[in-house]
Amino acid sequence: MREITLSQAVNEALAEEMRRDETVFIIGEDVADAGTPFKVLSGLVEEFGTTRVVDTPIAEPGFMGIAVGAAMTGTRPVVDLMFGDFIFLVMDQLCNQAAKTHYMSGGKLNVPLVLRTNLGATRRSAAQHSQSLHALVAHIPGLKVALPSSAYEAKGLMKTAIRDNNPVVIFEDKLMYQEKAPVPEEEFLIPFGQANVTREGTDITLIATSSMVQVAEKAAVILATEGISAEVIDPRTIVPLDEETLLNSVKKTSRAIVIDEGHQSYGVTSELASRLNEKAFYHLDAPVLRMGAMDVPVPFSPALEDLTVPIPEAVAANARRLVAGELIHAA
Amino acid sequence: MNAAKNSDSAKHNTEGYLRMYRQMVRIRSFEDNANQLYLSAKMPGLTHMYSGEEAVAVGICEALRVTDKITSTHRGHGHCVAKGADFQEMFCELLGKEEGYCRGKGGSMHIADQSNGNLGANAIVGGSMGIATGAAFTAKLLGKDEVTVCFFGDGATAQGLLYEVMNMAALWNLPVIYACENNGYSEYTRTEEIAAGSITARAKAFGIEAHTVDGQDVLAVNALTRQLVDRCRKGEGPFFMELMTYRYHGHHVGDINREYYRSKDEEKQWRDNKDPITTFGRYLTKEGIVTSDELDAIQAEIKTDASKAVEYALNAKYPDSSEVDMHVFAT
Repeated sequence: MREITLSQAVNEALAEEMRRDETVFIIGEDVADAGTPFKVLSGLVEEFGTTRVVDTPIAEPGFMGIAVGAAMTGTRPVVDLMFGDFIFLVMDQLCNQAAKTHYMSGGKLNVPLVLRTNLGATRRSAAQHSQSLHALVAHIPGLKVALPSSAYEAKGLMKTAIRDNNPVVIFEDKLMYQEKAPVPEEEFLIPFGQANVTREGTDITLIATSSMVQVAEKAAVILATEGISAEVIDPRTIVPLDEETLLNSVKKTSRAIVIDEGHQSYGVTSELASRLNEKAFYHLDAPVLRMGAMDVPVPFSPALEDLTVPIPEAVAANARRLVAGELIHAA
Repeated sequence: MNAAKNSDSAKHNTEGYLRMYRQMVRIRSFEDNANQLYLSAKMPGLTHMYSGEEAVAVGICEALRVTDKITSTHRGHGHCVAKGADFQEMFCELLGKEEGYCRGKGGSMHIADQSNGNLGANAIVGGSMGIATGAAFTAKLLGKDEVTVCFFGDGATAQGLLYEVMNMAALWNLPVIYACENNGYSEYTRTEEIAAGSITARAKAFGIEAHTVDGQDVLAVNALTRQLVDRCRKGEGPFFMELMTYRYHGHHVGDINREYYRSKDEEKQWRDNKDPITTFGRYLTKEGIVTSDELDAIQAEIKTDASKAVEYALNAKYPDSSEVDMHVFAT
C-alpha cells in the first residue's frame, strides 16, 4: 500500500469531501494561499477557490461564530484553528453555542461543523503553542472529540467528522504532520466510537490516545523482550467512547495504564481510569494507572520540556511494576 | 397618480398597517401574560420583558420574508412573535412543557422557531452575532437571496465579537443587518456609563452604512428596514441600525425596585408619550384607516387568544423523563 504523510491524509480527506458535498467549506487564518503554517491545506484553494477556502482575519471567536451560524443554516464548515491552544479563544462559540444548540432547540437545529486543530508538546514552542486540551471539550455534552493517531486514522476520522451532523473537534498531533503511514487509495471512513486494538496482548492493557499510541506501542515492544505481553488500544474518539472494547481488554489482562498527552489532573486519563475502576473492579489485579502530561505549563527549554510528557521507557517501567504486583503511588 | 392606483396602495397599506398594529399588540399581550405567570409563581425561572420595544421587532420583521433569518436575544419574545411564532407553543416553552417550541429544553432565553427563520434567542449577551453573520455567509455561499437580521442590545456593543464579525461581514459584503436595540440600559447600568463614543460610529469604522432611527415609530423602522433588506438582497450589505427605544420593565421580571438606576418619572414619560402601540393606534384612527372601536376589538381578540394559550400551556404536560438525554447529539 502507498504511504502518505498525516498532512497529505488530512488534505485528501478534505478535498474528497469538498468534491462530494458543495456545502463543505474551510474557514480560518491563512488557510488559502498559505495552506496553514503546517502546509496541511496546500493546493486546496487552487481547486476550490477562495469562496470555499476562506481566509479570515486573526479573530478566532468571530470566525468560529460565523461557522456555527453557517452550520445551522445548511452548510458544513471545517474551521481551522491554527493551534490547539487557541481553543480558549473560541470557548463561548464552541461550548455555549455549537454544543448546546441541538439540545436547546429540542432537536430542531443542527450544527454540523468540524473544528480541526492540534495538540502535542516537544516542538520547543513553549506554554501557549504546545498544549493538549482535548479534555476540556470532551467535558462538554454535545461535542464529539476525535484523536487520530496516524495518517490512516486522520483521513478516515476526518471524513466521518465532516459527514457527522454534530460539532466535532479533531485534534491532530502536530509532530506527526510529516510522518508517513500506509493509507489506501480507495475511499474509506473510520466510524466514531470504535476503538482500535493496535496490538494484542494478555498481561497488561495500554490505552493510549493520539500522540501516545506510538509511545505505548514502543513500550509494548520493550516489554515483549522481557516476556510481558501488552495489549495496546487506541480509542480513536473519546466522545463517543468505545467503553466495551476497553473493558473487555482489561477483563482479560487485569491491569491497565491510560496514557494521554493532556495534563494528568482532571484529564482524559482520569476519566478512563475511573470507568475501568467502576466497571471492571473485580477483574483488576492492580489499580489502573494514569500517565498524562505533567501538571505544569509546558516549558520552553528542551531540557525541561522533554520531562513533561510520557515516554516509552516510563510506560514500560510502570507496566513492569504493575505486572510484578508492586504498589505504585501515582503522581 | 390616478385614483384607482391611490386606492390600491391605500388598501395594501391598510392590511400591512393593521398587521403591524396587531403584531405589536400580540407582543404586549404575550409579555403581560408572561409577567403575570412570573408574579403568580407559575413560571419556572426568570424572563426578560420586551414591552415598550414592540415597534422595533415588528417594524423589522414585517420587512422580512419567512425564509429570511433572525437571531434573537435574552429579551427575545418580541422577535419570536414578530417573526411569526404562535402563542401556544411559546407559552408551553416558557413553562417547560413538551409542546413548547424546543420541547421545554430551551425556555424563555432559548426559544428557536426555525420554521419561521428564527435561529434562536441567546442567553449570552452578544452570543448570536457570529451566528447571524454565519447565516448570511450561508446565503452568500449557496447563492440564496436571504437576509439575516441580528438583534442585540446596546449593552452587547461592549462585546468584542461584534467587531470581529462586522469586520468580516464588511470584507465579504454579507447580507446581514445588525439591529442594535438601544433601550438606554445595559442590564442595571445606564449605557452612557459603559459605552464611549457613538454606537453607529463603531459600524462606520468598518465602512458599514449605519442609521439611527426612532424605535418607537413602527413605520419609520419598517421603511428603513425595507430599504436595507432590498439593498442586502442586491449584495450591498451589511448594514447597521441603531433603534432608539425603551424597556418598560426592569432587566428581568424580578428587577422591580430599580430607582437606583432609573427614575419612575422617566419610565412614566416613555409610557405616556412614546408608547409605540398607542402612538400607532392614534395615527391609524387619525388617518381614517381604522376606528378606535376596531382597535379595541383587535386588542380584545388578542387578549382572549393569549389567555387561551396560557390556559392551554398551564394544563399541558411536561416532557417525559426519557427526554432528558435526548437531543444531546443529532443522528
